[in-house]
Amino acid sequence: MIVEHATRSSRIGVVLITIALVVLALAPYWGDRQTLRLLAEIFTFIALASLWNLLAGYAGLVSVGQQAFVGLGGYVLFALAMLLDVNPILAIFIAGPIGALVAVPVALLIFRLRGAYFAIGTWVVAEVFRLLASQVSVLGGGSGISLPASVVLAMAPSRQMREFEMYWLALALTVATLAAIFALLRSRHGLALTAIRDNELAAQSTGIGVWGIKFAVYVLTAFGTAMVGAFIFLQKLRISPDTAFSVNDWTAFVIFITVIGGIGRIEGPIIGTIIFFALRQTFAGLGSLYLLMMGAVAIVVMLWAPKGLWGMIVERLGWQILPLQRHLVLGKDARGKS
Amino acid sequence: MPDGRLLKVSAVDAFYGDFQALFGVSLNVGAGQIVAVIGANGAGKSTLLKCIAGLMHPSRGEILFENTATTNTPAFEALKRGIALVPEGRRLFPSLTVEENLLIGGQSHRAGPWTLTRVYELFPVLAERRNLPAPALSGGQQQMAAIGRALMSNPRLLLCDEISLGLAPIVVRDIYARLPQIAAEGLSLVIVEQDIVQALRAASHVYCLQEGRVALQGAARDLTREKISAAYFGV
Amino acid sequence: MQWLNVILQGVLIGGLYAMFAAGLSLIFGVMRLVNIAHGDLIVLAAYVSLMVTQAFGMDPLTSLLLVVPVMALIGYGLQRGLLNRTLGDDLLPPLLVTFGLSIIIQNGLLELFTADSRKLQAGAIEIQTFQLAQNLWIGALPLIQFTVAVAVIGGLQLLFYRTALGRALRATSDDQAVAQLMGLDTRHVFAVAMALSLAVIAIAGVFLAVRANFDPAIGPARLIFAFEAVIIGGLGSMWGTLAGGIILGVSQAIGAQIDPGWQLLAGHIVFLAILAVRPQGLFPKVWG
Repeated sequence: MIVEHATRSSRIGVVLITIALVVLALAPYWGDRQTLRLLAEIFTFIALASLWNLLAGYAGLVSVGQQAFVGLGGYVLFALAMLLDVNPILAIFIAGPIGALVAVPVALLIFRLRGAYFAIGTWVVAEVFRLLASQVSVLGGGSGISLPASVVLAMAPSRQMREFEMYWLALALTVATLAAIFALLRSRHGLALTAIRDNELAAQSTGIGVWGIKFAVYVLTAFGTAMVGAFIFLQKLRISPDTAFSVNDWTAFVIFITVIGGIGRIEGPIIGTIIFFALRQTFAGLGSLYLLMMGAVAIVVMLWAPKGLWGMIVERLGWQILPLQRHLVLGKDARGKS
Repeated sequence: MPDGRLLKVSAVDAFYGDFQALFGVSLNVGAGQIVAVIGANGAGKSTLLKCIAGLMHPSRGEILFENTATTNTPAFEALKRGIALVPEGRRLFPSLTVEENLLIGGQSHRAGPWTLTRVYELFPVLAERRNLPAPALSGGQQQMAAIGRALMSNPRLLLCDEISLGLAPIVVRDIYARLPQIAAEGLSLVIVEQDIVQALRAASHVYCLQEGRVALQGAARDLTREKISAAYFGV
Repeated sequence: MQWLNVILQGVLIGGLYAMFAAGLSLIFGVMRLVNIAHGDLIVLAAYVSLMVTQAFGMDPLTSLLLVVPVMALIGYGLQRGLLNRTLGDDLLPPLLVTFGLSIIIQNGLLELFTADSRKLQAGAIEIQTFQLAQNLWIGALPLIQFTVAVAVIGGLQLLFYRTALGRALRATSDDQAVAQLMGLDTRHVFAVAMALSLAVIAIAGVFLAVRANFDPAIGPARLIFAFEAVIIGGLGSMWGTLAGGIILGVSQAIGAQIDPGWQLLAGHIVFLAILAVRPQGLFPKVWG
């Protein structure tokens, strides 16, 4: 007897994803500059939402303070690129481990809080980061700073090449994030996480080290979030404490995306991001009215469709795009022979 | 059998999710009567009381209280109509003192003979401990407080869920000795018990549940040991 | 004397923080709900007061007569209509719904009132001061505000431990099912608790509006102050919440004295320090 993951829908899903990836990788050749920027933005939100989903939907750690690491990643990038002459792209990959390192003492502190108090605690941490960033005058203090032209020009021989580079970087980062999450969920630890997601008390009673797993997930999520944050601000070419640690941009939107798409399923954030951007393109000019609408939709979804759009589809049709389910197949051995 | 003028439960089915706990259970209680419901663990006795009290609702069947349907009446409404439940395990409010627990039992201000003074007369040990937090009482004292709390709402039907549970026999006897006083004013009681001896002594009529069905019913004096064992264990 | 003055100001604003916190603490005690929109509701109260003072030409403190009942009614409706549906074992719905509510309130206020900074004028009382000692001054308004805060918290304690309503609230928080057996409609009880919380928020909001500039975006910061005061003081204790507010206020005042940019940071650092060293808070107590 063995454990199988794939279902018919996931086999189709994997094929579709592969095709989609190829098409997206070739986007610089069929898309214009605006399309590339939009796609890159979509990718970063997919990555952020997937990471938040891992934290909240699987490990049960609802954070409203992930903007702490987005901003941290951004500031690390600016510090490395401007003060230490590090290649910006390399700086992105350094931001990850730094984010993880910072996450360790943070986690040790805020893990003393439970439930909603933990959530607010994460917010406080983000506020502290924001206030500290305002004090660092060499990086612009309260008003922020722009990336010097020299650093930007040094990234690639031409502007077009730079745009292509940034696009592929966004795609690569997002694919890597999703792949890492997928690998984690497929692993033994992923099984533990899914158990925690379904029923934490029961999971604990089977001997799973819940605290340790949550801690690891928090640190890993910080790693990924910091890297994405570094990329985001490399893309923007300018950083300030208010934009770096904005609750609206990096938490509210991410939460709405994940809730509407479906918490606790890997496909949820992807679906949610697509819906979010479709809505944004449609309702572009409305400003705060748009946020108001999103808030109302999120509330409605949370109360009447708590598993999100994808959750509803899973319940009705049993689909999965990525092979993550675990089926026990009796009568087959590891070689597939009965 | 009782005439059902006070309480008439007809062919009630009850579920916990997909699990069926009661199958077509019927039960009658007349005015001023004490009816016992006995049965093994998991037979459905508590479920039956919860349905009568309004904490859960049957999916089939009907419950009539004083000839009015209370099948889907929520618990707080049922209390106002005159149905009070002494829950299994006492479940006093731990943040409240003994007296506060009694007072909150009377918060619906139903008219009737039961007042704080009368409850203290019935259970003098509670008067001595009136300002202690509820968890400071012994098991037997907590049981008395729970009964007193239910009496404070001046019910016409008092449901007692396993009041002997976890108590020493002498304490159980002490509590049961006061039941006649409680029933004296025309209050009807339904007592769910695992202590069959006490149940048969106190009640005029007995229903025996087995795996969610009424396996035996009759006047207490008519039921023999053998009949009860057979019904209780389903052998 | 300089430092004594600073500490005194910190204590006085601590009263305001304690009022922010009292409403939050109440709701958590009764129904284990943490209302992420709490800070935004304080700001909403400030705007309601703005509308009332403009419409009726009242001064802010008189406007309380209208603002408190209006906010209480909003609280009752909010709980009964929306938040009661989120209560249960799952922690996600109340958190995400109140977060959504926070965004809705902020952006709703932005649409209605724009991002302009406002302030309510309380008149002469704003600049009135008393001299306590040489170089030690106390403003009339901060003193009133602190006194009201203590009165509110004392009033809540009295309510909880000496009235039938308080009994009902404590019982419902202990055991919802058995509370129903007592004839309590828990939907109504929770709604009354929320109405109470919003009444306190109303008072806090009006005092906030008189004390400082406000705009639709300052809600989350108030939530954080309320939360820090509750955690520093210890869950479940109203007087602890007062102490927590005072400690937070004093920390911020001392921080501001060292360097104006350090005001908020000082408060956060003290909070984090207490979280590290004594996570249960300084005066924790369970109900009763």
